[in-house]
Amino acid sequence: MTAPYTPSQTPGPYFHVGMLDVFFRSSDQPGSAAVHLTGQVVDGDGAPVTDALLEIWQLASARAGEATIVRAVTDAGGEYELWTAKPHGGSGAGAAVDAPHLDVVLVAGGVQRHLVTRMYFPDEAAANAQDPVLSRVDPARRATLVAISRGAELRFDIRLQGPGETVFFDV
Amino acid sequence: MTTDPFTTGRRYAKADADVHPQLLFPSYPASIRRAPSLAPVAIEPSATELTPAPTPPGWPVGGDDLTVSGPSVPIGERIIVAGRVLDADGAPVPGALVEIWQANAAGRYVHDADRRDAPLDPGFTGSGRCVTDQAGAYRFVTIRPGAYPGRSHHNAWRPPHIHFSVIGRVLLTRLVTQMYFPHDPLLDLDPIVLAVPEAVRSRLVAQLALDVAVPDVALGYRFDLVLRGEDATPAARA
Repeated sequence: MTAPYTPSQTPGPYFHVGMLDVFFRSSDQPGSAAVHLTGQVVDGDGAPVTDALLEIWQLASARAGEATIVRAVTDAGGEYELWTAKPHGGSGAGAAVDAPHLDVVLVAGGVQRHLVTRMYFPDEAAANAQDPVLSRVDPARRATLVAISRGAELRFDIRLQGPGETVFFDV
Repeated sequence: MTTDPFTTGRRYAKADADVHPQLLFPSYPASIRRAPSLAPVAIEPSATELTPAPTPPGWPVGGDDLTVSGPSVPIGERIIVAGRVLDADGAPVPGALVEIWQANAAGRYVHDADRRDAPLDPGFTGSGRCVTDQAGAYRFVTIRPGAYPGRSHHNAWRPPHIHFSVIGRVLLTRLVTQMYFPHDPLLDLDPIVLAVPEAVRSRLVAQLALDVAVPDVALGYRFDLVLRGEDATPAARA
């Protein structure tokens, strides 16, 4: 039996008109506790995806039982930039413990259903090694899910297709 | 009362390939270099995907009438689009953030990337938002959008449509879609529509609804949005 859901559709290239980021900016301003995240979204040719919206979904650090959303859009170079708080690790499926991570929902023109991936922290190697989600991923592809430290920034590129393709999840 | 699906142990059915469009759909060329080539990795939801994200405080009210967004009255056919956000069991989803965006009556968006030679309308920005009430209901007053040229093939025209984004509390129920108008012959020619399995395409088409219309003011359309719901057989997934 077919599930009764409404089908997804691409947001098209003009989604900035409707999916505003202004109310989904993190209140965590640049500071010692904040995560400054940048990255580039590219397509199967390595060309920048200039019309992507990233929604970071994460457990709120301050209030238990709430998630927070931070939005960012890519620019003419396919680059995005955002600040957020680093989440704590949480309870995963079963008895396993998730390493700290950000879920990334990617919406873009030409992408007919939003994609879901995760960003893990490069300074959490021990926790990452135990993470129940990372452990489901081909070891050769796990690096696509771990940000790279670059000075005070974290860098997390997303490749939609082709060599080095980012791991996306069916969750 | 707890509505936190994580603490109540609700389960969500997997995204259904029989419902959503194929990510790679060559007659929609924009999908060709953006569709992942590898299958997504199946995982069990964790707290990150199951914890509600409340609508941000300070979200403006009054964003549901797109005909009062500019200094003048917008040109075009005023319409009301109303409906409910439901889960797969038919239960209302209150507190969902519904965002819409659309072209004006001439088929032009207020967007730097839309350089088409069609008039902008100072009375219309094409951007609206509201939060569903306790019955899961939303309602927008807007202008019927015009068709505009698509990029998929020569002489392609996108059927008039309104884009919808729904944040229904948790990540797993996220939905971005488009609403179309009934009896539009362009629906049979549009690759973005045709990418959806035929059996469920009609779910993207609003219904003419005189009970939504306001006499002498605006014609009405009803469009319900059904979000991914609880898994009917959670034991089978354990």
